[in-house]
Amino acid sequence: MIARRTALILAVMFLAAVALAALFPDALATHDPLRADVRSALEAPGAAHLFGTDQSGRDVFSRVVHGAGRSVGIGLLATLLAVAVGLVLGSLSGVAPRLLDSAAMRATDILLAFPEFLIALIVVAVLGPGPVNVAIAVTIAAVPVYIRLARTQTRTLRIAEHVEAARILGVGPVRTFTRHVAPAVLGSLSVLATIGIGSSILAAAGLSFLGLGPSEPAPEWGLMLSGGRNVLGRAWWISVFPGLAITLTVISATVIGRSLRARVEGRRA
Amino acid sequence: MRHALIRTAGIAASAVLVLWGAATLAFLAFRIIPGDAVSVMLGPQAKVSEAVKAGVRAELGLDRPPLEQYVSYVGGLLRGDLGTSYQLRMPVSEVIGRQLGPTLQLTVLALLIAILIALVVALLARRGLARAVVVTGELIVLSSPVFWIGIVLLAVFAFGLGWFPVAGTRSPATVVLPALTLALPVSALISQVLRDGIDEAERQPFAETVRSRGAGPARLVLRHSLRHGAAGALTLTAYLIGSLLGGAVLVETVFARPGLGRVTLTAIVDRDLPVVAGVIMLSAAVFVVVNVVVELLHPLIDPRLRVRPAAFEAPAIEERR
Repeated sequence: MIARRTALILAVMFLAAVALAALFPDALATHDPLRADVRSALEAPGAAHLFGTDQSGRDVFSRVVHGAGRSVGIGLLATLLAVAVGLVLGSLSGVAPRLLDSAAMRATDILLAFPEFLIALIVVAVLGPGPVNVAIAVTIAAVPVYIRLARTQTRTLRIAEHVEAARILGVGPVRTFTRHVAPAVLGSLSVLATIGIGSSILAAAGLSFLGLGPSEPAPEWGLMLSGGRNVLGRAWWISVFPGLAITLTVISATVIGRSLRARVEGRRA
Repeated sequence: MRHALIRTAGIAASAVLVLWGAATLAFLAFRIIPGDAVSVMLGPQAKVSEAVKAGVRAELGLDRPPLEQYVSYVGGLLRGDLGTSYQLRMPVSEVIGRQLGPTLQLTVLALLIAILIALVVALLARRGLARAVVVTGELIVLSSPVFWIGIVLLAVFAFGLGWFPVAGTRSPATVVLPALTLALPVSALISQVLRDGIDEAERQPFAETVRSRGAGPARLVLRHSLRHGAAGALTLTAYLIGSLLGGAVLVETVFARPGLGRVTLTAIVDRDLPVVAGVIMLSAAVFVVVNVVVELLHPLIDPRLRVRPAAFEAPAIEERR
């Protein structure tokens, strides 16, 4: 129990630091993330450069700090979009005629059966590389889960007493939905989204690692990792620190998501 | 007998549906690509007259009505014709066939390692400190990007300790680190589900019955609860085989290995859509085969399923992470 609390506090603190880095990178960065200085290339981590320097002498720590916005941002944006799209499509499917509903659900089932990363890869293949397309791809890959949950929730809430009461009191269908159904559905989707952010960040980082996302010299964690791949034998720090940043961010999001879910389930039980 | 027939029909219907869906998706990939397919294919630098472009378009059949193209594409697939690569100018089936070997080797080995690790971990680390350590380890592995796991393994075991070669495919030892990289996240997911399944089974009344007959914990796990846990783990494993294909793209890049993943990545970067479509069809085919096998295996593990019609199913949402 104590271990779980400590983990939760650490996770919140780490994510706060990541958020700070994403919003005000200059407050944390010690160097200019883009300034190359060949004289200090491939320096090991030390007092001058906390995480060392890369092939062109750029400060890895500052690049990790400046990369937070892009790396976490794409995952966060994709998750928000996926929740929004899932809420709309899922609840529409929940109130749609049966034939339409089951057709939509068969389609989501098939999408759900394929791993997120594979779907994201196929979408990038069709749309072409680039940071915007990566965000779209990760959104599409994540959305089936939210559609399915939103649909189930809508179908349960449709026959809930407070919704029934609103209807009897003469509240219109649109208002009933926005005031009495959507907030509750959104609540459950947000809990799932806290855990989903992690996998979206991982998928986005994977695509940028492959060179399909942002391009050099932009600091982005996945991209920095692949940049350090070729000098791994001489300078492990170039690849290891951005990867550590991704892993710690995803662990933190997962720990917070799990504890949120446990709390919600405990309340319901 | 009737149940068996219904099951088989259900499996066949799902298989056809998935393959047809994938073929349509692959075809649409050609159609909804932003811009003109021929300009994309020739690249932005190419200075080619409109007449030549029209010629290429006619040669590829892109000037015909969409429905006609769709019918001829699906017709080609039925004959085993996946089309011709834009960039390599050879049949897509040959492009994929040449690179299938190394990827198959990598993914099959990864799957075996993953199942082995999952079994050992789920059976041996069940209580107390061992369990806490394993659960934390699983969280870390599942939160790490697979390419980062690969890089860390490379840094430690290839560059640091020099136990394994850094890249290439020349010796059998080169496949060990890539396969382990691919296997770790998969094994973490399987062992989570397997452990939950075993725990769940041992809370059932039948476990009490088995214990009261004097069976020890080892016998209970091996003869009874493992079988219950395996049912859920099997569905998940089938789902994860698809993720091995996606993971292969990343792992082959990290370890500079040739294979299907590299072919896919090159095709994506070069916008070689026939190859991309071929890879989509291949993963759909793998998906269908794996699910058919799982559907046939399930009733052997769980007798209750022998009376239920079959349908491909995705694992529960929580099990995906």
